[in-house]
Amino acid sequence: MARAATTADAFNAIAEPRRREILDALAGGERPVGDLVALVGLAQPQVSKHLRVLREVGAVAVRDEGRRRLYRLNGRALKPIHDWVSPYARTWSERFDALDDVLHDLETEDPHADE
Amino acid sequence: MQTSSGTAAITTPGDEQILITRELTSPPALVYRAWTTPELVKRWWSGGHGPVTVADIDLRVGGAWRFVISGEGGFEVAFHGEYREIVPDERLVYTEVFEGAPADAAASEPPLDIVTFAPSGNGGTTLTILVECHTKALRDLILESGMESGAQGQMDALEEVARSLT
Repeated sequence: MARAATTADAFNAIAEPRRREILDALAGGERPVGDLVALVGLAQPQVSKHLRVLREVGAVAVRDEGRRRLYRLNGRALKPIHDWVSPYARTWSERFDALDDVLHDLETEDPHADE
Repeated sequence: MQTSSGTAAITTPGDEQILITRELTSPPALVYRAWTTPELVKRWWSGGHGPVTVADIDLRVGGAWRFVISGEGGFEVAFHGEYREIVPDERLVYTEVFEGAPADAAASEPPLDIVTFAPSGNGGTTLTILVECHTKALRDLILESGMESGAQGQMDALEEVARSLT
Protein backbone atom coordinates (compact mmCIF):
# COMPACT_ATOMS: atom_id res chain seq x y z
CA MET A 1 0.00 0.00 0.00
CA ALA A 2 1.34 3.42 -0.93
CA ARG A 3 2.32 5.56 1.99
CA ALA A 4 1.43 9.20 1.72
CA ALA A 5 3.40 12.02 3.31
CA THR A 6 3.08 11.97 7.06
CA THR A 7 3.21 14.82 9.49
CA ALA A 8 5.23 14.30 12.66
CA ASP A 9 2.30 14.43 15.03
CA ALA A 10 1.90 12.12 18.00
CA PHE A 11 -0.81 10.01 16.44
CA ASN A 12 1.20 9.28 13.33
CA ALA A 13 4.27 8.62 15.47
CA ILE A 14 2.53 5.82 17.29
CA ALA A 15 0.82 4.45 14.17
CA GLU A 16 4.07 2.63 13.35
CA PRO A 17 3.91 -0.91 14.82
CA ARG A 18 7.56 -1.04 15.93
CA ARG A 19 7.18 2.23 17.77
CA ARG A 20 4.18 0.80 19.58
CA GLU A 21 6.36 -2.17 20.57
CA ILE A 22 8.92 0.23 21.98
CA LEU A 23 6.22 2.04 23.93
CA ASP A 24 4.91 -1.29 25.23
CA ALA A 25 8.42 -2.16 26.40
CA LEU A 26 8.74 1.20 28.14
CA ALA A 27 5.36 0.74 29.83
CA GLY A 28 7.18 -1.57 32.25
CA GLY A 29 9.59 1.17 33.29
CA GLU A 30 12.65 3.13 32.26
CA ARG A 31 15.09 1.29 29.98
CA PRO A 32 18.40 1.88 28.20
CA VAL A 33 18.53 1.61 24.40
CA GLY A 34 20.34 -1.73 24.63
CA ASP A 35 17.34 -3.31 26.37
CA LEU A 36 15.01 -1.99 23.71
CA VAL A 37 17.21 -3.36 20.93
CA ALA A 38 17.00 -6.80 22.52
CA LEU A 39 13.28 -6.60 23.17
CA VAL A 40 12.15 -5.25 19.82
CA GLY A 41 14.61 -7.24 17.71
CA LEU A 42 15.78 -4.37 15.51
CA ALA A 43 19.30 -3.05 15.03
CA GLN A 44 20.30 -0.15 17.27
CA PRO A 45 20.25 2.53 14.51
CA GLN A 46 16.62 1.65 13.72
CA VAL A 47 15.63 1.65 17.38
CA SER A 48 17.36 5.01 17.85
CA LYS A 49 15.52 6.39 14.83
CA HIS A 50 12.17 5.28 16.24
CA LEU A 51 13.08 6.73 19.64
CA ARG A 52 13.92 10.03 18.00
CA VAL A 53 10.47 10.19 16.38
CA LEU A 54 8.82 9.33 19.70
CA ARG A 55 10.85 12.00 21.51
CA GLU A 56 9.94 14.64 18.94
CA VAL A 57 6.25 14.22 19.71
CA GLY A 58 6.79 13.93 23.46
CA ALA A 59 5.76 10.29 23.72
CA VAL A 60 9.03 9.35 25.43
CA ALA A 61 11.51 11.30 27.54
CA VAL A 62 15.21 10.63 27.99
CA ARG A 63 17.81 11.28 30.66
CA ASP A 64 21.50 10.47 30.95
CA GLU A 65 22.73 8.36 33.82
CA GLY A 66 26.49 8.16 33.68
CA ARG A 67 27.23 6.79 30.21
CA ARG A 68 23.77 5.35 29.71
CA ARG A 69 20.80 7.03 28.10
CA LEU A 70 17.59 5.96 29.77
CA TYR A 71 14.23 6.24 28.02
CA ARG A 72 10.85 6.40 29.69
CA LEU A 73 7.25 6.64 28.62
CA ASN A 74 5.47 9.98 28.89
CA GLY A 75 1.92 8.76 29.47
CA ARG A 76 0.49 12.25 29.69
CA ALA A 77 1.49 12.94 26.10
CA LEU A 78 -0.23 9.77 24.94
CA LYS A 79 -3.57 10.04 26.67
CA PRO A 80 -5.01 12.68 24.30
CA ILE A 81 -4.13 10.41 21.39
CA HIS A 82 -6.08 7.57 22.85
CA ASP A 83 -8.99 9.86 23.71
CA TRP A 84 -8.91 11.38 20.26
CA VAL A 85 -9.25 8.22 18.25
CA SER A 86 -11.36 6.22 20.68
CA PRO A 87 -14.83 7.25 19.40
CA TYR A 88 -13.95 6.17 15.88
CA ALA A 89 -12.22 3.01 17.05
CA ARG A 90 -15.18 2.21 19.27
CA THR A 91 -17.62 2.68 16.40
CA TRP A 92 -15.73 0.17 14.31
CA SER A 93 -15.17 -2.27 17.17
CA GLU A 94 -18.90 -2.26 17.84
CA ARG A 95 -19.65 -2.76 14.17
CA PHE A 96 -17.21 -5.66 14.00
CA ASP A 97 -18.73 -7.26 17.10
CA ALA A 98 -22.14 -7.14 15.45
CA LEU A 99 -20.65 -8.34 12.14
CA ASP A 100 -19.12 -11.33 13.93
CA ASP A 101 -22.57 -12.31 15.12
CA VAL A 102 -24.00 -12.02 11.60
CA LEU A 103 -21.17 -14.06 10.12
CA HIS A 104 -21.56 -16.68 12.82
CA ASP A 105 -25.22 -17.04 11.82
CA LEU A 106 -24.31 -17.26 8.12
CA GLU A 107 -21.80 -20.01 8.84
CA THR A 108 -24.26 -22.08 10.81
CA GLU A 109 -27.44 -21.56 8.78
CA ASP A 110 -28.75 -23.68 5.93
CA PRO A 111 -26.70 -22.39 2.97
CA HIS A 112 -29.87 -21.94 0.91
CA ALA A 113 -32.04 -20.47 3.64
CA ASP A 114 -31.97 -16.94 2.31
CA GLU A 115 -32.16 -17.68 -1.38
CA MET B 1 -0.15 1.00 24.26
CA GLN B 2 -3.68 1.31 23.00
CA THR B 3 -4.42 2.91 19.68
CA SER B 4 -7.65 1.03 19.33
CA SER B 5 -10.38 -0.21 21.56
CA GLY B 6 -11.66 -3.73 21.14
CA THR B 7 -10.25 -5.40 18.09
CA ALA B 8 -10.49 -2.83 15.31
CA ALA B 9 -6.97 -1.55 14.63
CA ILE B 10 -7.00 2.05 13.44
CA THR B 11 -3.92 3.66 11.97
CA THR B 12 -3.15 6.66 9.78
CA PRO B 13 -0.76 5.57 6.99
CA GLY B 14 -0.82 9.12 5.61
CA ASP B 15 -2.12 12.52 6.60
CA GLU B 16 -5.29 12.15 4.57
CA GLN B 17 -5.93 8.48 5.31
CA ILE B 18 -7.44 6.22 7.93
CA LEU B 19 -6.75 2.50 7.80
CA ILE B 20 -8.97 0.06 9.66
CA THR B 21 -7.81 -3.55 9.89
CA ARG B 22 -9.65 -6.53 11.33
CA GLU B 23 -9.16 -10.29 11.24
CA LEU B 24 -12.38 -12.26 10.80
CA THR B 25 -12.83 -16.01 11.14
CA SER B 26 -15.30 -16.26 8.23
CA PRO B 27 -14.16 -16.57 4.59
CA PRO B 28 -14.12 -13.52 2.25
CA ALA B 29 -17.28 -14.58 0.36
CA LEU B 30 -19.34 -14.46 3.55
CA VAL B 31 -17.89 -11.18 4.74
CA TYR B 32 -18.54 -9.68 1.31
CA ARG B 33 -22.12 -10.93 1.51
CA ALA B 34 -22.60 -9.35 4.94
CA TRP B 35 -21.22 -6.10 3.47
CA THR B 36 -23.47 -6.02 0.41
CA THR B 37 -26.80 -7.57 1.45
CA PRO B 38 -29.32 -5.04 2.88
CA GLU B 39 -30.92 -7.46 5.38
CA LEU B 40 -27.47 -8.34 6.74
CA VAL B 41 -26.13 -4.77 6.77
CA LYS B 42 -29.15 -3.86 8.90
CA ARG B 43 -27.96 -6.30 11.53
CA TRP B 44 -24.43 -5.00 12.02
CA TRP B 45 -23.81 -1.58 10.53
CA SER B 46 -25.03 0.48 13.48
CA GLY B 47 -22.84 -1.53 15.83
CA GLY B 48 -25.57 -1.45 18.45
CA HIS B 49 -26.21 2.28 18.00
CA GLY B 50 -29.87 1.78 17.24
CA PRO B 51 -31.85 0.11 14.46
CA VAL B 52 -30.76 0.53 10.85
CA THR B 53 -33.99 1.74 9.32
CA VAL B 54 -32.74 2.12 5.74
CA ALA B 55 -30.18 -0.06 3.96
CA ASP B 56 -30.47 0.61 0.23
CA ILE B 57 -27.83 -1.01 -1.92
CA ASP B 58 -27.67 -0.73 -5.71
CA LEU B 59 -24.63 -2.92 -6.17
CA ARG B 60 -23.23 -1.87 -9.53
CA VAL B 61 -20.56 0.62 -10.53
CA GLY B 62 -22.23 4.04 -10.35
CA GLY B 63 -25.00 2.61 -8.18
CA ALA B 64 -25.95 4.32 -4.94
CA TRP B 65 -26.10 3.13 -1.35
CA ARG B 66 -27.72 4.75 1.66
CA PHE B 67 -27.82 3.59 5.28
CA VAL B 68 -29.78 5.29 8.05
CA ILE B 69 -29.54 4.58 11.77
CA SER B 70 -32.33 5.69 14.04
CA GLY B 71 -30.68 6.58 17.33
CA GLU B 72 -31.92 7.76 20.68
CA GLY B 73 -35.02 9.98 20.53
CA GLY B 74 -35.44 9.34 16.80
CA PHE B 75 -32.16 11.14 16.04
CA GLU B 76 -31.14 9.92 12.60
CA VAL B 77 -27.61 9.29 11.42
CA ALA B 78 -27.47 8.87 7.65
CA PHE B 79 -24.69 8.03 5.22
CA HIS B 80 -24.79 7.56 1.48
CA GLY B 81 -22.41 7.06 -1.38
CA GLU B 82 -21.76 5.59 -4.79
CA TYR B 83 -20.06 2.35 -5.76
CA ARG B 84 -16.96 3.02 -7.84
CA GLU B 85 -15.40 -0.43 -8.11
CA ILE B 86 -16.83 -3.88 -7.44
CA VAL B 87 -14.87 -7.13 -7.43
CA PRO B 88 -17.15 -9.73 -5.82
CA ASP B 89 -15.69 -11.37 -2.69
CA GLU B 90 -12.48 -9.32 -3.04
CA ARG B 91 -12.80 -5.59 -3.19
CA LEU B 92 -15.24 -2.70 -2.99
CA VAL B 93 -14.58 0.98 -3.57
CA TYR B 94 -17.28 3.49 -2.74
CA THR B 95 -17.74 7.06 -1.61
CA GLU B 96 -19.11 7.70 1.85
CA VAL B 97 -20.90 10.92 2.68
CA PHE B 98 -22.09 11.70 6.20
CA GLU B 99 -25.33 13.59 5.68
CA GLY B 100 -24.90 15.55 8.90
CA ALA B 101 -21.42 16.82 8.05
CA PRO B 102 -20.62 20.54 8.46
CA ALA B 103 -21.24 22.50 5.28
CA ASP B 104 -17.56 23.00 4.44
CA ALA B 105 -16.88 19.28 4.76
CA ALA B 106 -19.99 18.46 2.74
CA ALA B 107 -18.87 20.76 -0.06
CA SER B 108 -15.56 18.99 -0.55
CA GLU B 109 -14.89 15.75 -2.38
CA PRO B 110 -16.44 12.88 -0.39
CA PRO B 111 -14.22 10.36 1.36
CA LEU B 112 -13.51 7.20 -0.60
CA ASP B 113 -13.62 3.83 1.15
CA ILE B 114 -11.44 1.08 -0.31
CA VAL B 115 -12.44 -2.22 1.26
CA THR B 116 -10.47 -5.40 0.66
CA PHE B 117 -11.57 -8.89 1.68
CA ALA B 118 -8.37 -10.95 1.58
CA PRO B 119 -8.22 -14.65 2.48
CA SER B 120 -6.17 -15.27 5.60
CA GLY B 121 -4.21 -18.43 6.29
CA ASN B 122 -6.79 -20.11 8.47
CA GLY B 123 -9.79 -19.86 6.15
CA GLY B 124 -10.75 -16.47 7.51
CA THR B 125 -10.55 -12.95 6.14
CA THR B 126 -8.15 -10.09 6.61
CA LEU B 127 -10.40 -7.10 6.18
CA THR B 128 -8.94 -3.68 5.46
CA ILE B 129 -10.80 -0.44 4.99
CA LEU B 130 -8.71 2.43 3.70
CA VAL B 131 -10.55 5.73 4.00
CA GLU B 132 -9.14 8.34 1.63
CA CYS B 133 -10.29 11.62 3.11
CA HIS B 134 -8.56 13.91 0.56
CA THR B 135 -7.67 16.48 3.24
CA LYS B 136 -6.06 16.18 6.66
CA ALA B 137 -8.77 18.42 8.12
CA LEU B 138 -11.53 16.06 7.04
CA ARG B 139 -9.50 13.02 8.16
CA ASP B 140 -9.15 14.56 11.62
CA LEU B 141 -12.83 15.49 11.73
CA ILE B 142 -13.83 11.91 10.91
CA LEU B 143 -11.44 10.46 13.50
CA GLU B 144 -12.74 12.78 16.18
CA SER B 145 -16.39 12.15 15.53
CA GLY B 146 -16.87 8.40 15.51
CA MET B 147 -20.61 7.91 15.47
CA GLU B 148 -21.30 9.23 18.92
CA SER B 149 -24.81 10.33 19.64
CA GLY B 150 -24.31 10.75 23.35
CA ALA B 151 -26.05 7.61 24.50
CA GLN B 152 -23.25 5.25 25.29
CA GLY B 153 -25.09 3.46 28.11
CA GLN B 154 -28.01 2.72 25.85
CA MET B 155 -25.65 1.57 23.11
CA ASP B 156 -24.07 -0.97 25.39
CA ALA B 157 -27.49 -2.26 26.39
CA LEU B 158 -28.54 -2.65 22.77
CA GLU B 159 -25.38 -4.54 21.99
CA GLU B 160 -26.14 -6.99 24.79
CA VAL B 161 -29.59 -7.58 23.36
CA ALA B 162 -28.15 -8.19 19.91
CA ARG B 163 -25.77 -10.77 21.32
CA SER B 164 -28.54 -12.58 23.17
CA LEU B 165 -30.47 -13.00 19.91
CA THR B 166 -27.82 -15.12 18.25
